[in-house]
Amino acid sequence: MSIDRRSFFKALGVTGITLATGSRVSATPSMENKNEFYGILYDSTRCAGCQGCEFACAEAHGLPAPSFEDLPVIGTERKADETRRTVVNAYQTSKGEVYVKRQCMHCNDPACTAACLTKAMLKNEEGPVVWRGNKCMGCRYCMVSCPFDVPKFEYHSPNPKIEKCDMCFERIKEGQVPACAEQCPTEALVFGTRRELIAEARRRINENPEMYYDHIYGEHEAGGTGYLYLSPVPFEEVGFKTTIQKSSYPALTKGFLYAVPSIFVLWPALLLGLQQATKNNSQNEDEDE
Amino acid sequence: MRMSNGNYIAPREISKSNTWKFILGELKPKGKLLTPFNIISVPIIITGIVLIVIRFWKGIGSITNLTQEVPWGLWIGFDVVTGVAFAGGAYVITFMVYILNMKKYQSIVRVTVLNGFLAYLFYAGALLLDLGRPWNVINPIIGNSFGTSSVLFLVAWHFLLYMIAELIEFSPAVAEWLGAKRARKILSGMTLGAVIFGITLSTLHQSGLGALFLMAKDKIHPLWYSEFIPIMFFVSSIFAGLSMVIFEGSISQRVFSDQISEKNHRAHNNILHSLSNICAVAMFAYFTLNVLVFVHEKRWGLLNTPMGYWYLTEMLGFVLLPMLLFFMSYRKRNITLIKVASVMTMAGIILNRLNISVIGFKWDAVNHYYPSWMEITVTLAVIFTEIWIFRWVIRRMPVLREAPGWSGNH
Repeated sequence: MSIDRRSFFKALGVTGITLATGSRVSATPSMENKNEFYGILYDSTRCAGCQGCEFACAEAHGLPAPSFEDLPVIGTERKADETRRTVVNAYQTSKGEVYVKRQCMHCNDPACTAACLTKAMLKNEEGPVVWRGNKCMGCRYCMVSCPFDVPKFEYHSPNPKIEKCDMCFERIKEGQVPACAEQCPTEALVFGTRRELIAEARRRINENPEMYYDHIYGEHEAGGTGYLYLSPVPFEEVGFKTTIQKSSYPALTKGFLYAVPSIFVLWPALLLGLQQATKNNSQNEDEDE
Repeated sequence: MRMSNGNYIAPREISKSNTWKFILGELKPKGKLLTPFNIISVPIIITGIVLIVIRFWKGIGSITNLTQEVPWGLWIGFDVVTGVAFAGGAYVITFMVYILNMKKYQSIVRVTVLNGFLAYLFYAGALLLDLGRPWNVINPIIGNSFGTSSVLFLVAWHFLLYMIAELIEFSPAVAEWLGAKRARKILSGMTLGAVIFGITLSTLHQSGLGALFLMAKDKIHPLWYSEFIPIMFFVSSIFAGLSMVIFEGSISQRVFSDQISEKNHRAHNNILHSLSNICAVAMFAYFTLNVLVFVHEKRWGLLNTPMGYWYLTEMLGFVLLPMLLFFMSYRKRNITLIKVASVMTMAGIILNRLNISVIGFKWDAVNHYYPSWMEITVTLAVIFTEIWIFRWVIRRMPVLREAPGWSGNH
């Protein structure tokens, strides 16, 4: 292959222009191309405990409607289970009665997704963590790993499903708002991108510092979650776990998983070396004898 | 070819057309049917089968006490997590025999590999009972659903591959049983590769079983949770496996005494002494590691609680004490002491694995999990079925007894 001076300069010029403009283009990344996680901001100071979200959720996902006798009562902790994906609880706090809705937190880096060996638990680019029945083998490792104890299992079915909030992923894809957020009459639930919601939460705290406890639960918990909480009182007063770590839970197994390939490379070589070395030894011993 | 006056003659050469006839003949039971073991095990196995049918018909909750907060119970905590630790003897013994070329342990290598293979087959197989949607179990193996970020993905693959490796390690015995000379030559040529692969896999999945619980950081009692769980699981699998080898060997020496040559019978005590010494050293390392973690994480405040006493019981009563007994037995050349120590060590392993996976898991929950009698029965049925198969193989294949003369393996 030969190259003359003219074509060399031509190539040089093209390369130079490409490099120059290329770098200019990448210097202004467009935010539109990037998917931002959606989330839901739940403001417990606005929640009236009407359970409208529970009814809307049950209807949207074909689950049995909540019983009218099963109301949020102070002192009893209602829990989501295989028949209901979300519950509202009442707490007696230093600032009076406070309602708190609970459901899947939709972590940025979810433990359930990292735990799942079939990718049945999936964190979508849009943010919702969804369960896919055609992949799941029902090992329940997601339940073991979830720091919030969210996934629920149908123990009394021969074809059991995992029930958990999916942030109404099907509705989001069609441009709709999750059923609970759409239904909420007091606008305690706001749907939006996680970035917008954090800004909105911070604005509310700044504008009404006496009304809110100065913390957005979910901004950093478990490495950040899609559901964000505002509360008038410290979060341990309204049933939140204080042991949740700030970094993501899958980070806890990274060290082990990273060690796997190195052991896979080192061990066989080491073992073969040992085998060869001791084989020679025993031969030598035999000769000595 | 059959048992005659209690003496067993190894099958010599069998022509191909007779192979099936031979296998069919071998399927028939040998020995007495009304033994105490059979009388106890058969009703339990039958009950277990009935319960398994109910489980697949009405769901896991119909026979287990599992809850939404404690999704793994006895079947995972004991059958899988503890059972696999006990199966660790196979990789330790193959390491000593094939890698370090310690010919002394040659006589127990086959029975240990068989034990390990059956343990994986049955205890990992018991995992299928615990899967809610077992028809999807092939998803992480074939298909487009590789959850590579999952520790369980790694463990599942390693179980599968290790079972193949152990089958290859054991296959020369099968070939000798069938009198297949050529196959035996090919299969025994694969042994070293299978051993190296098997030890690597064992290192990773023994520790991997511990790594499964790393994400359950807030759920496991802090006395048992540490980032070193994988290393603890690996180190303890060494003496768990060897204790099982000692325990199983002591029983086999008596039950299958007709299979074992006079030479190997006499050599066995010597093997036990060496194994007990290895156990003691591994336990010393394990105990020291635990003390280091305990002191480093400043856990003194947790000791004076019910869970603290329970932790001390495990660590002092079932790790430190059997370790000292192993050391003593080596000094005093006392076989009974070795057996006592190995049983205590095994109890300690059961305690440790259950403390992490069941007892210390959600120890602060309002509703504690206790296994139902049905879960226990199914577990016993699995163990008894495994022993039945084990006995079937021992009575037929050259596992404990010497390989046939033509194999060149003696």
